[in-house]
Amino acid sequence: MPTYPYLKIDHVDKSFTRGSTETEVLKDITLGIEKGEYVSIIGHSGCGKSTLLNLVAGLLPVSAGCVLLENQEVNDPGPDRAVVFQNHSLLPWLTVYANVKIAVDKVFSNAKSKRERHDWIMHNLDLVQMAHAKDKRPAEISGGMKQRVGLARALAMEPKVLLLDEPFGALDALTRAHLQDSVMAIHTKLGNTVLMITHDVDEAVLLSDRIVMMTNGPAARIGEILDVPLQRPRKRLALAGDATYLKCRQRVLEFLYERHHFVEAA
Amino acid sequence: MNMPLVKTEPATVTPAATAMVLALPPKRRALATRTAMVLGKVAERVVPPVVVIAVALLIWELLCRRAGSTLPPPSRVLSDTWELIIDPFFDRGGLDKGLFWHLSASLQRVAFGYVLASFVGVALGTLVGQSTWAMRGLDPIFQVLRTVPPLAWLPLSLAAFRNSEPSAIFVIFITAIWPIIINTAVGIRNIPQDYRNVAKVLRLNQFEFFYKIMVPAAAPYIFTGLRIGIGLSWLAIVAAEMLIGGVGIGFFIWDAWNSSHISEIILALIYVGLVGFILDRIVAGVASVVTRGTSAN
Repeated sequence: MPTYPYLKIDHVDKSFTRGSTETEVLKDITLGIEKGEYVSIIGHSGCGKSTLLNLVAGLLPVSAGCVLLENQEVNDPGPDRAVVFQNHSLLPWLTVYANVKIAVDKVFSNAKSKRERHDWIMHNLDLVQMAHAKDKRPAEISGGMKQRVGLARALAMEPKVLLLDEPFGALDALTRAHLQDSVMAIHTKLGNTVLMITHDVDEAVLLSDRIVMMTNGPAARIGEILDVPLQRPRKRLALAGDATYLKCRQRVLEFLYERHHFVEAA
Repeated sequence: MNMPLVKTEPATVTPAATAMVLALPPKRRALATRTAMVLGKVAERVVPPVVVIAVALLIWELLCRRAGSTLPPPSRVLSDTWELIIDPFFDRGGLDKGLFWHLSASLQRVAFGYVLASFVGVALGTLVGQSTWAMRGLDPIFQVLRTVPPLAWLPLSLAAFRNSEPSAIFVIFITAIWPIIINTAVGIRNIPQDYRNVAKVLRLNQFEFFYKIMVPAAAPYIFTGLRIGIGLSWLAIVAAEMLIGGVGIGFFIWDAWNSSHISEIILALIYVGLVGFILDRIVAGVASVVTRGTSAN
């Protein structure tokens, strides 16, 4: 039996049609992700990296090719591929607890008793250090906290693959660093398979096992895939002067700013 | 218009209290100044409307006092209708009832028609907001029908129901439903794609999506429609009752006109205004409780 990766994006094309004009966004994307691996996708804005994530999530249909999870084709969205959206997408009329509960109640309606579901919600809020704010509404907590709750909601679905769509993009630098540390700790603890979209080079190098670099659109492709051979757990401060870290960082920067620098018209 | 009767008191009390405050010994001054400040704040709100109403009443009184004026001055209105004001609950059978009974009959019709319009309106609005096909099919019809004046429906509904009571309720229904439909549809169409994506990832079914995402997300819009709807219902009922007769504030006004009781008309108008105001505040109050958190993001 041939081996196959845990998540496989297989020769995927994506184009959008508006009227008679067809725009090709992604061209022939093939990528395999192993179980427990942390993979980042980096590229200039407009290169279609969010589109790629939406294809994996099933929120958009592929134009050609397919997405395979455990060798099963996935077409529809589902809780096995939980998404943490860029702008948190918490439901503002629900409390923090209820926002996680809506996911837990749906996913584990048969598998867990009411008591177990409550414990599971609290467990996940603990994991992102948000248990103290469980009765607050999204409007009453900070942007970083909202993103933590969004992460708790995604983790609570026990997804096979965790999809992060620029999860820290809208946060200030300090809060972002804090959340990155939390995500690293959770990844170490739970061993999730993660696919993350980012435009931050440091973030990509710090968090990822592999960095997928996209060329500019239209018809963006995978330009290069970089292995990040850094030991885990990784420490932000220790890595700041680390030779391997700097080399990886250099490679990504060269790709983004020399070979595929941002073209305004793209 | 009978507001000054209620509100003159705090206004006259305010200066009196402030004067007392100054006379107090210095030790209790902290508390005293605080009280004065609170009273001052209240006065800021209460004094302007009281002054404006007092001036308006004065002008009205002066204009209508002279001999041969067609409308009674406020003092005449008060003395003419004093019996109606102090006893709104009398019932001498037939149409000779206190104003409370007339208002309650009107409110009942509004309640029936409006509740019906709320349910049907939200349901149709959801359909139009959710389905492009339904929108294309129904929206032109709605846009044309909503411009038909409420009373224009009355002859048709009388012909259909052959009874005044359901006809009045139908007029309320058809008046209130358009803003509810249109606002609900806009609310549903404006649900952020993020919330829809969350629902998709969670694989919520249609029913769960409706009551867990759609209704709360569109609630501020729905309540805007409901608030416009209650206002229009109350506008329409008075006009409709003038035509259909029977117990009701609209017919009371018409009846007063036919018997040349102008003062009674004025009193009834004041009541109609106050009840409309209260209805609006009730719906607004319910809205602020239900939609708390929804609009804040």
